[in-house]
Amino acid sequence: MEADISRLGLRAKWSDLTEGMKIAGAGTSRGFHTGEWSSVKPEFIEEKCKQCLLCTPVCPDSCIPVKDKKRGAFDYEHCKGCGICVKACPFGAITMEGVN
Amino acid sequence: MSKQRSGHRAYGYCEYPLDWKAKQQTRKDKTMHNLTEIRWHGRGGQGAKTAALLLADVAFQTGKYVQGFPEYGPERMGAPITAYNRISDTKIRVHSNIYDPQYVVVVDESLLETVDVTRGLKKDGAILVNTQRTKEEILLHLKGYEGQVFIIDAKKVSMEAMGKYFPNTPMLAAIVKVAGIMEEETFLREMEASFHHKFAGKPEVIAGNMKALKMAFQEVR
Amino acid sequence: MAKRDRLSGNEAVAIALRQINPDVFPAFPITPSTEIPQYFASFVANGLVDTEFIPVESEHSSMSAAIGASAAGARSLTATSSCGLAYMWEELYIAASNRLPLALALVNRALSGPININCDHSDSMGARDAGWIQIYAENNQEAYDNMVQAYRISEHKDVRLPIMICQDGFITSHAVENIELLEDVEVKDFVGEYEPEDYLLNSKCPLAVGPYSVTDYYMEAKRNQAEGMRCAKQVVLEVAEEFAALSGRQYGLFEEYCLDDAERAVVMIGSAAGTTKDAIDRLRAAGEKVGLLKIRLYRPFPAEEIAGALSHVKAVAVMDRAEGYSNQGGPLGADVMAAMFRARSKAFAVNYVYGLGGRDVRVEDMEGVFADLKKIVEDGDAGETYRYLGVRE
Repeated sequence: MEADISRLGLRAKWSDLTEGMKIAGAGTSRGFHTGEWSSVKPEFIEEKCKQCLLCTPVCPDSCIPVKDKKRGAFDYEHCKGCGICVKACPFGAITMEGVN
Repeated sequence: MSKQRSGHRAYGYCEYPLDWKAKQQTRKDKTMHNLTEIRWHGRGGQGAKTAALLLADVAFQTGKYVQGFPEYGPERMGAPITAYNRISDTKIRVHSNIYDPQYVVVVDESLLETVDVTRGLKKDGAILVNTQRTKEEILLHLKGYEGQVFIIDAKKVSMEAMGKYFPNTPMLAAIVKVAGIMEEETFLREMEASFHHKFAGKPEVIAGNMKALKMAFQEVR
Repeated sequence: MAKRDRLSGNEAVAIALRQINPDVFPAFPITPSTEIPQYFASFVANGLVDTEFIPVESEHSSMSAAIGASAAGARSLTATSSCGLAYMWEELYIAASNRLPLALALVNRALSGPININCDHSDSMGARDAGWIQIYAENNQEAYDNMVQAYRISEHKDVRLPIMICQDGFITSHAVENIELLEDVEVKDFVGEYEPEDYLLNSKCPLAVGPYSVTDYYMEAKRNQAEGMRCAKQVVLEVAEEFAALSGRQYGLFEEYCLDDAERAVVMIGSAAGTTKDAIDRLRAAGEKVGLLKIRLYRPFPAEEIAGALSHVKAVAVMDRAEGYSNQGGPLGADVMAAMFRARSKAFAVNYVYGLGGRDVRVEDMEGVFADLKKIVEDGDAGETYRYLGVRE
């Protein structure tokens, strides 16, 4: 089966779809930018961050990358703006409009 | 129209493609002469269904076409149950119950009081009843049935041969004799082979079962 | 070499499954299908098959497990009846839309209520729109033969749809009748090894099965699924032809019995077709031109072929062993009449509901149906087209 998610779009005919809508290949959700779903985004205030990393596992969209035991900037292409990370941060290092 | 028809012939199939008339006639004659229909009356747990299936088994061994099937209702011990056999020289296609049997087997005589056992039973047929009473006494319960009546004391046979009350083994032998389904010798040979297969895990019961069959052939009258 | 035997329909299907030796068989018991997993479990215990047999806690689970196994790349199946099928409802559609070629050995039984254990087709008829291929049997032989052919149809690359192999509860499932079995090796060679193209356990190609489909794609997905069904008919015929070469037994989309020159015909499914054949023999002997069209493949529905086979008939009685509560009759009646309408048939057609909850069908009953058709032809009027057969009025 060809793994070509790019063929999926509003011009795709029924015969372009895979059998049973199976999706081949791993990590195909990277190509699907759920970041478009929200109008508000969390903001990372780096100076308040103690690098406890409590925010990273709670993100449903894996939008908080970790490198060398330190979190990096938000991946806004996939962040849906759910605000869970804001609640998880004990140090007020993440803020978002409408979330206290 | 015929063109369209022939175009579609490939999709179905027909058992009698061309000369159905000749074949049907043959079939009808055979059916009329060689179909034996048997109805069993018993109670849940007595093995009437098993007996019907065993009868189908042995008749099959003689090269016949057979059917053995129970009529299911509420499944509980002691409830009246009915089972059926068709034995024929030609392929059996009908899938209904049997309403006008040649033979009726009553495995539990208490059913004579509650079930109309002779209903539809052919006058030139016969009824076989498991009882310790006499034929005359049984006749009183058969609503004026004019055909032949056979009785056997399956309890006595079973207790003597097997030490336990399994009425289906003697009743099976008795109906084979009454309905003339096969010769005693053939029957016993087939049953022995069948028991060796069925009771492979407990061969000690085979001798008793065989004895019950042999006794039943003598006892039925 | 064919082997003559005498088996009940359940035993016959279980033996076919032993010969097929599927990979995974999850099951939950329900009368009258219980014997199939019961026999099969003994084959597993005796080492005759290497199938993973999973006793589950419900039919919802048995179908889910069969689906999971199939998605993983296994040849899987389960068996059920009646309410068991009803409890699988949600999963039936999932199996079909995921294009998983698993099998279901269905032993037809009435749906509750009133609660009843005996045969009618209300269970599978309710599932007729679930996207499964449905094949029906008249007797134990056909149930066995259909089971042997099942995976060749469902796994075909043009089809890849789940398949339901149906037989009549008790009437064939529990009746011992003569049968001819194929040799184990013949079945093994005929069915072949299952080589799925895409499956979850293929580490070389990671896969997602059953993704969410938004409105933008759902309809295209369903149309795509329908294509498998469109191809199924041809595959059923091809597999039947190959099976005939192996067994000598002919199968098609349906069976025609004395239909060639028939003026009146009955269309029906299942065990009562045999009874109808006996009725036809009696009437033919008296010079009456009557015939039968027995449906084997019900989904997909071979509408054009059926209309073609009935094109010369003056009156047709379509027999439904299930109510449709449309106030017009049952599902088979609706399908056959629609097919005849599209083919611009001029024949009279009536629809009988019969045999519900195990109500017996006798040769005389079917002779009565042909007599009704005779009157319809003579009167030139179908009269009431929604009828009941064998009900106390």
